Amino acid sequence: MRKALDRRTLLKAAGAGAGWLAFDSMMPAWAQTGSAGIAPAVTTLAGPEVALNVGHSPFSVGGRTGHAVTINGTLPAPLLRLREGQNVRLSVTNGLEEDTSIHWHGVLLPFQMDGVPGISFPGIRPGETFVYEFPIIQAGTFWYHSHSGLQEALGHYGPIIIDPASRDPVEYDREHVLVLSDWSFMHPHQILARLKQSPGYFNYQRTTVAGLFSGEDRMSAADRRMWAEMRMDPRDVLDVSGSTYTYLINGHGPEENWTGIFRPGERVRLRIINASAMSIFNVRIPGLAMTVVQADGENVRPVEVDEFQISVAETYDVIVTPSEDRAYTIVSEAIDRSGMGRATLAPRLGMSGEIPPLREVPNLTMRDMGMDMGGTGAMSHDMSGGMAGMDHSGMDMSGMQMEGMQMGAADDGAGGHGAMNMRDPENAPPDMAVGVGVQTIAPMPQNRMGERPLGLENVDHRVLVYTDLVALSPNRDRRAPSRTMEIHLTGNMERFMWGFDGRRFSELVEPIRFARNERVRVTLVNDTMMSHPIHLHGHFFELVNGHDGHQPLKHTVNVAPGGQVTFDLTADNPGDWAFHCHLLLHMHAGMFNVVTIRPLDGELS
Amino acid sequence: MRFFAATLTPLVLAVASPALAQTSDHSAHQQTPPAEQQTQPPDPHAGHDMSGMTTPQTTPDPHAGMPGMAMPQTAPDPHAGMTMPQTTPDPHAGHDMSTMPEMAWPQTPPAEAHSGHDMSAMTAIPEIETSADNPGRPGEPPAPAVASSEPAHAADLYFDPRAMAAAREQLLAENGDIRTSVVIIDRLEATFGEGADAYVWDAQGWYGGDIHRFWWKSEGEGAFNGELETAEIEALYSRAFTPYFDFQAGVRQRYTPDADRTDLVVGVQGLAPYWFEVDVAAFLSNEGEFSARAEAEYDLRLTQRLILQPRAEINLSAEDVPELAIGSGVTSAELGVRLRYEIRREFAPYVGVEWSSSFGDTRDFLKARGEDPEDARLVLGIRAWF
Repeated sequence: MRKALDRRTLLKAAGAGAGWLAFDSMMPAWAQTGSAGIAPAVTTLAGPEVALNVGHSPFSVGGRTGHAVTINGTLPAPLLRLREGQNVRLSVTNGLEEDTSIHWHGVLLPFQMDGVPGISFPGIRPGETFVYEFPIIQAGTFWYHSHSGLQEALGHYGPIIIDPASRDPVEYDREHVLVLSDWSFMHPHQILARLKQSPGYFNYQRTTVAGLFSGEDRMSAADRRMWAEMRMDPRDVLDVSGSTYTYLINGHGPEENWTGIFRPGERVRLRIINASAMSIFNVRIPGLAMTVVQADGENVRPVEVDEFQISVAETYDVIVTPSEDRAYTIVSEAIDRSGMGRATLAPRLGMSGEIPPLREVPNLTMRDMGMDMGGTGAMSHDMSGGMAGMDHSGMDMSGMQMEGMQMGAADDGAGGHGAMNMRDPENAPPDMAVGVGVQTIAPMPQNRMGERPLGLENVDHRVLVYTDLVALSPNRDRRAPSRTMEIHLTGNMERFMWGFDGRRFSELVEPIRFARNERVRVTLVNDTMMSHPIHLHGHFFELVNGHDGHQPLKHTVNVAPGGQVTFDLTADNPGDWAFHCHLLLHMHAGMFNVVTIRPLDGELS
Repeated sequence: MRFFAATLTPLVLAVASPALAQTSDHSAHQQTPPAEQQTQPPDPHAGHDMSGMTTPQTTPDPHAGMPGMAMPQTAPDPHAGMTMPQTTPDPHAGHDMSTMPEMAWPQTPPAEAHSGHDMSAMTAIPEIETSADNPGRPGEPPAPAVASSEPAHAADLYFDPRAMAAAREQLLAENGDIRTSVVIIDRLEATFGEGADAYVWDAQGWYGGDIHRFWWKSEGEGAFNGELETAEIEALYSRAFTPYFDFQAGVRQRYTPDADRTDLVVGVQGLAPYWFEVDVAAFLSNEGEFSARAEAEYDLRLTQRLILQPRAEINLSAEDVPELAIGSGVTSAELGVRLRYEIRREFAPYVGVEWSSSFGDTRDFLKARGEDPEDARLVLGIRAWF
């Protein structure tokens, strides 16, 4: 037995040509380094019958081993390859000592199959098996993860590919899945406790006196004073950083260098999923342009970019055509620049490309506090018009960097923002609870969907913005919304409290109610200085981004700090659905609510 | 459901290119022979190429010669023969349009449908008003009545309602109701000065949720080779009442070699503008004596781990308490500065200096006792929390 194992291991070593044996043995084949791409059936679990076992596994990265919660013993979980038009039966057995669940993120299904304990179903008790059964009525790249406790942060996530019933409008020679995630050897409950005790605990990139004198902070003393007066940290970009996280790609740390194989000249489809608990990434492949063809599993008109930001729970499919016989580095850089995930696309195993250094930490600006910079000279024109134009125009933005903004704000000094009330209930809906959990209320929230995401304002290449997304198919529901709704994303960073409209879910909030098939225009206003990826279960909403009739469909939208996002929703999937920030600890801290859609169809008599 | 079935007509297939549909003036192409595509203006997608953006007239049709474009048999490739510029990667390449649900185009595609790629239409995001634009805060239109129809919890129809109720309780607890605790040893130090070497502790901690907490505090000092000089412990109920401040009330027990006191405590603790940690409290003792104390600390980050912390404390009393060597008015003040190095966030050794002085009658009481009313000391200590 022992011998046989050893021989198998050796054979595998010979085959893989790498030393990650024990490591790779807990990877599904598609996620093992040197993957030639996704082969049908062999490396994946194909529908219609799928058995998944949730359990404990050791997980190793960077030479250290920790405890993971996994599905079928692998991190990430197996790739589910399903087909549109198929009826699937997914049997999930709980091998943990606590309840578990699987939510099929982005998959349209009846609410009772959605996998959120306390909303869709009671959860899966230890030792029990729950059978999810539903028809697949869509195609694209999705993912699945636990909706119980903080299991998702421990490895309980995996990718889903649904092949279209008819021919895929996206043509490609080869495909790879890239599951981006964050791993910490600190238990997520401990991470949460630290954030409650000391919100800046994980941030080792704050402004310092040393940084002031060296100029490395790129922030004047006057600006610091202003931020300090407001008790706001201009470096509070991500709550949990690379100081504890190792950023993974397909379960591999940067040193393990997951490698996907291509032949030069091939069109390679990369299905990129951000399965992180708390990390938003900027993704680029230096030397390779990426053509975005799908967002959140929905086809979009192809748009070529060099970099895009992927918030937690979003997915993007891109086509790359590496023509040279060389290695290309895939970089998933955390937006606070505290670390990066790294993988390689190469014609052969064992190759590695140049790894770009981490870029400088972005400083938040007054715009991230929901203050318009209108009236500060040259900035006003560009900002008020939205910055969409910048992205593809190749304009040099160096002359209008954020310093300009900050100086403008600083010139106003105490008077400027003092005069602008940063917590005026008049700027919130009447039903918002303006209490301890509301640190600020954006006085002038801006629609930032045309702006480059945080930290990418000045990079000298093309960056995806939300206004670039245009649905490939025309929107099905062309009715004008019958009503509007405004939901504020609120928080108190000093107490690590998060909520909607000033309330944590635990405060017994009213659900968000929609009538069945009602079409509603919902505006999310981010009163905080952090990005929030807001996810609605069971639906795709249309981003109101100017592409009327072809508004892009998404299941998760990142609302920029101090920004607002509007979407049109056709509430056509009756039942109860979760609606929450997909930063796992924000959700856990209360940024969560239930969406109800009535009347139900097919009620049990 | 989401995608229309592929009921496609060859005619539409022939022109089913996003390029065609991008501007309304091309909508007529749906009914015209595909060959006309060659006469189209350049594809606005070419705008992704910077050079093409500024001089669109010179941009070759990026659809030309697309290798991946699977054109239907019934339509000859209108792009055949055109050359693909090497420097312009084609975002459309490889998109087989033959099965795209795009066939269901409306007759008049919106002209701005492609505005995101068009400089001139960059500002086309609709302006959506929010409450910030409406100081009068008009209420939102309510949901239709039918949105509130039964059942209250849809999953109760499919699963045991008792199991669902329990799961809902769990859901509530897991989404906002987080209980945490902490113990902070702010100062645990040895002090060296003119008098005997001494020790000081100053610790506090709490347990609870975001709003309501049990809070305790303790501080004291003594000489290493002598007896405990003072010690006190407070047990408080703490309630957050603003984003930054907690109201606290409870009791304090004080021990000194001369006498003990039990006090009622009312105070406010929190974070003041400019990141000053402040703690202000008033005390009423079991002997009816009023006193008060204010403390402030500030963390000046020299580097990410090296932190200079100025600290000030002032004590007041409403009356003379000779028994405790306390005079009315400002009784004493402390001013210190500590330089700590955070080996971990939770563990930081420090070195510092602290000056303390007594005032007024307190000073006289101390002098009468032969104690030094003013002192400057070197401190070595550890700040830790867990």
